Amino acid sequence: MRVEYIGYLLAMALTTYLIRMIPFTLMRRRIRSRFARSFFYYIPYAVLSAMTFPAIFSSTGNVWSATAGVLVAILLAFLRRSLLTVALASCAAAFLVGLLPFWG
Amino acid sequence: MTKTVSPYHYRDGLREGIPVGLGYFLVSFGFGITAVGEGLRVIEALLVSMTNMTSAGQVAGVTVMMAAGTILEMILTQLVINARYSLMGISLTQKLDSRCTTPRRLLMSFGITDEIFALAVSKPYPIGPSYFYGLMTAPYIGWTGGTLFGALAGQILPEDLRLAFGIMIFSMFIAIILPPMREERGVLFTVLLAAGLSCTVAFVPALDFISEGFSIILCAILAAAVMAVCMPVPEDPEADPEEKEGRADA
Repeated sequence: MRVEYIGYLLAMALTTYLIRMIPFTLMRRRIRSRFARSFFYYIPYAVLSAMTFPAIFSSTGNVWSATAGVLVAILLAFLRRSLLTVALASCAAAFLVGLLPFWG
Repeated sequence: MTKTVSPYHYRDGLREGIPVGLGYFLVSFGFGITAVGEGLRVIEALLVSMTNMTSAGQVAGVTVMMAAGTILEMILTQLVINARYSLMGISLTQKLDSRCTTPRRLLMSFGITDEIFALAVSKPYPIGPSYFYGLMTAPYIGWTGGTLFGALAGQILPEDLRLAFGIMIFSMFIAIILPPMREERGVLFTVLLAAGLSCTVAFVPALDFISEGFSIILCAILAAAVMAVCMPVPEDPEADPEEKEGRADA
């Protein structure tokens, strides 16, 4: 464990824990605001999307192999295949395209 | 808090949590590979998983660490990405039995994740601490074990294979967000808007001053806020006027 990461680790773990703990131990009322409920409903999807795009295209070190992985993932997820199927097929596509010789 | 004592035991929770634990193993295997690929050591990746148990937050957290962002950036990133756990926690308090004292809640709250929440909140009767601890067990083992194996695999796999596995956690995110996009237009537009904003920040040179960690927060908040105004979710069917007095027995 490198010392320079301890601060990040503590900040991350404490923030995540307090977010879970404080309302769970203290709050007793329901959130009534329709805007707040809608916002919290959409936020996980927005976060996952903003984190995936465009980062996924640089996740394999080769934009073409990543693109192949993205296309396979989108197709299989659209067809409602399981998490495992989507993940492994996408890795396989990225791996195979990465092996092709003409990317320099 | 409900007066009745929960009919569910530790072993009930343990059994129900096993499929979640298997799924977590896979996702965090992907996280372990990505984390080591980004430059974390095995023990560092493992500690992140042991102390957080949240996929999106951890990926964003590693992004901040590797970009040498500020501690404030780390805190804000986790606040935004994990804010939904607060809502889930509030919702769960309505289902707790009388044995859920404050010290026990301090431990239980660590286990609030999307999947554990979904299982717990769908039970027809009140839930107690032992059931909830059971529910947390397999997912926690799966999450930390997956990270360990993923991080180790990331170190020993040949370069070609390790690079290809780097896409795994993102493919899983696609597998999570795509099916609901087919069902709900609100989710569809949220995802498209957030992705569009995120790509704009990444590719427009004038926006280079926005770091990767802040970009995730900004784009997600903006997209979710716009959609909450344009396509709000239906009115809360369980809301009732008596709650104005602070009653909480739904």
